[in-house]
Amino acid sequence: MSGEHAPSTPVAADKASLLTPFNIVTGLIVFVGLILTLLRFTKGLAGVTNLSDNNPWGIWISFDLLCGVALAAGGYTTSAACYVFGLKRYHSAVRPAILTAFLGYALVVFALHYDVGRPWRLPYPIFYSPGPTSVLFEVGLCVFLYLNVLFLEWTPSALEWLGLKKWRNVMVKMTLALTIFGVVLSTMHQSSLGALFLIAPSKLHPLWYSSYLPVFFFISSIAAGLSMVIFEGTLSHRYLHDKMDEHYLSAHDQVHLGFGRGAAVVLVIYFFLKLVGLALDNTWHYLLTGYGAMYSLELLGFVALPALLYAVGVREKNLKIIRWAAVLTVLGIVLNRFNVSWFAFNWQLPAAERYFPSWMEVAVSIYIVTVGLLLFRFIATRMPIFHEHPDFKEAEPEEEPHAHETRPHPQSFGH
Amino acid sequence: MEFFTYHDFTMYTKGAAYVLMAVTLLGILGFWLFLTERDEDKLIK
Repeated sequence: MSGEHAPSTPVAADKASLLTPFNIVTGLIVFVGLILTLLRFTKGLAGVTNLSDNNPWGIWISFDLLCGVALAAGGYTTSAACYVFGLKRYHSAVRPAILTAFLGYALVVFALHYDVGRPWRLPYPIFYSPGPTSVLFEVGLCVFLYLNVLFLEWTPSALEWLGLKKWRNVMVKMTLALTIFGVVLSTMHQSSLGALFLIAPSKLHPLWYSSYLPVFFFISSIAAGLSMVIFEGTLSHRYLHDKMDEHYLSAHDQVHLGFGRGAAVVLVIYFFLKLVGLALDNTWHYLLTGYGAMYSLELLGFVALPALLYAVGVREKNLKIIRWAAVLTVLGIVLNRFNVSWFAFNWQLPAAERYFPSWMEVAVSIYIVTVGLLLFRFIATRMPIFHEHPDFKEAEPEEEPHAHETRPHPQSFGH
Repeated sequence: MEFFTYHDFTMYTKGAAYVLMAVTLLGILGFWLFLTERDEDKLIK
């Protein structure tokens, strides 16, 4: 492509051997994943999973869907911060966050094709037989619509890469409307994913069951989104550094500092709300049980601790601490979603009747994450995600920098 | 704690929640002050 950007990649690097450790490992994972895909769609769910009528939702729902949606929340948090709340100094983080969110949601839908018995009927609830009284219908509709919104939000990068200036300008003009629509849809379905479990008060352990589950899911998704932007930004900075231009690099640290501050506040609010949830249901006594230890670990180790680390990191302007806090938060969100949908679900059943995933289910989840990683790398190394496209550098007017900023920030970075 | 009526239960739990809300407000305020105490220093180490 004419506009392809490779700021510091030497020509020799393009000719490097394909047999790198990264390519070999991901190639093996994809190969195994394709074989398991063949098994799944020829032998059915029973051929590769330990799912049953008692446990119809397994790791593909717990990880691929619940964690996938929560960790893809960086898209709406970043675009809302930038375009709705006017925090333009985070503009450079929008494109990577939108790309991560778009791929995250796309892979959620991709993973659903493995999980539902008759995947060719996935469009039925939307177009053929909607069930508007069902929370699951709302989740499905919102995910369907938001995936389209994310695709449209991502298109300016692709259109710049393709050199379609006219269409790119049309899409850029839709940015604010798409952002608002995306925030509304995300608010709805992030919380509704928690509301799904309100129907099962006798199945979910009382420590995790609460009438405030939708609120918990929504607030924790904000922390997850902010932390994922930091986490993804750190990895990208390390492995895709040569694709970043001065504009991105100059704003990088400030983005992490600002998002760390936001995540600290959100996490501490989430922590206290969880305590209020315990008080309203009077479930304190469960804290002294085995499940209580798990709950305490989740709340103290993966909510309170990262909140404190974020705060210390922001106070000390120490980005290393902030990045570790982001890792802890991401792990904490995964643990929380696992607890709600798996570990603490059907908790009263004897161990023999509890669900444990087969190795093939785990392998398919790893395969799907790997596909996401490969797609991210493919797009980020070709399209203007971490750098400005040379033809669009002056596409938008410069804006006044914020009074409290330490250095001027790029305001004409992409869409 | 033993409850005999739903009213007893809600009186107890709502009372606890109100106390906790006060603690929450103070806790968040303290956390915010801790978080922003050094805001004037904008240099990144």
